[in-house]
Amino acid sequence: MAFGDPAGPPAEIPPALAAAILENLDSAHNLARWLLRDPVVAEDVVQDAVLRALRHAGGWRGGEPRAWLLRIVRNAALDRIAARGREIPLEDDAAAALPDPAPDPEAALAARQTRHGLAAAVAALPLELREALMLRTVEEMSYRDIAAVTGVPIGTVMSRLWRARAALLRAKVEA
Amino acid sequence: MSDGCDTHRLLLQAELDGELEAGRAAELAAHVEGCAACAGLRTRLQALQARTQAALPFHAAPPALRARIAAQLTPARPAAAPSPRRRRRGALGFGLGAAMAAGLALVVLPRSGAPDRGAEILASHIRALQPGHLVDVLASDRHTVKPWFDGKLDFAVPVRDLAGFGYPLVGGRLEYVGGRPVAALVYRRDQHEVQVFAWREDAPQSPPVAERRSGYAMLRWAEDGMVYWAISDIPLEELTGFVERFRTAR
Repeated sequence: MAFGDPAGPPAEIPPALAAAILENLDSAHNLARWLLRDPVVAEDVVQDAVLRALRHAGGWRGGEPRAWLLRIVRNAALDRIAARGREIPLEDDAAAALPDPAPDPEAALAARQTRHGLAAAVAALPLELREALMLRTVEEMSYRDIAAVTGVPIGTVMSRLWRARAALLRAKVEA
Repeated sequence: MSDGCDTHRLLLQAELDGELEAGRAAELAAHVEGCAACAGLRTRLQALQARTQAALPFHAAPPALRARIAAQLTPARPAAAPSPRRRRRGALGFGLGAAMAAGLALVVLPRSGAPDRGAEILASHIRALQPGHLVDVLASDRHTVKPWFDGKLDFAVPVRDLAGFGYPLVGGRLEYVGGRPVAALVYRRDQHEVQVFAWREDAPQSPPVAERRSGYAMLRWAEDGMVYWAISDIPLEELTGFVERFRTAR
């Protein structure tokens, strides 16, 4: 069931969509926090994403709203990161002490995580690995929904999950 | 430390995540029985999953954010004014006209139970002041801005040319208020933005009513089937003058 014609003037917000946005607002904010790591920027991006969702109300076919909304949040977050030219850095000096993460980002976890624990170790993972693990573990999303949110094939989702978990196992993180 | 057989580790992961269909789960179970590396990996993956679930925070939306967004999504209630729905144009009720002429600022509290449009307008205005958020169409010419709205709103947007009075048009933006798409017109006064929000709503005619919120001056009025809000951080007296120009310009 289509809501409004995307090519024409935006219709009033379907009540079902408004309800879906509010029901999934916590998940939207959670994803924004995990991707952006800054609470103020995350709130702004969520606000941005809601506006984008309203503008694209015509594109929502009434299906599962959480994955639809989180995809919009993710795109808004990535746009913000691109506009800054880089991700928002981790707060403490352990991040500055990390070697250049480009060659082996997973291995670079070791210095940081033993001190700060599992949550910090996950927060230090590269974005694609972090988001996959968070969506699977915290949001309990299926592989298929994670693929829909992140815009990659299911096989890539599985590979990213594996690399995230392998990195955490290798580092022997204490919770 | 082994990672299990290469071929089986993604299957072990899928089993952990509940993504392995029954047929393959049986195959996997048979393999794991004879493979210590895989059995070890399965145990470690399960332990990691449990610890991760316990350790990773879930960041729920703060109440203020939720309230702001809920207000944006709340549809406007139908006008339920007990008085006649239309006043004669020019009739000023409640002595507000005299108060305005005297330059008094009135702070009007929203009717209890009604959505707080003023709060929405304030939030929209502040958001728009962030870099990159001000306008969707950047044009000082109303003959560009007005048609831009035509494809997006089902009402005509009155874009006034007030450059001659010191309020050049900056552009326009599509906004959402009360669950509906509305027009936001952006004017500039020196270094300050003045925004006018406009939408079609069957509200009783009402002359400009003033309020101040968080350092911003606001005026709202309704005429000819449209509702308007003007907001800026210029002084209320100046915004009043702007609104008078806006209402009388053509």
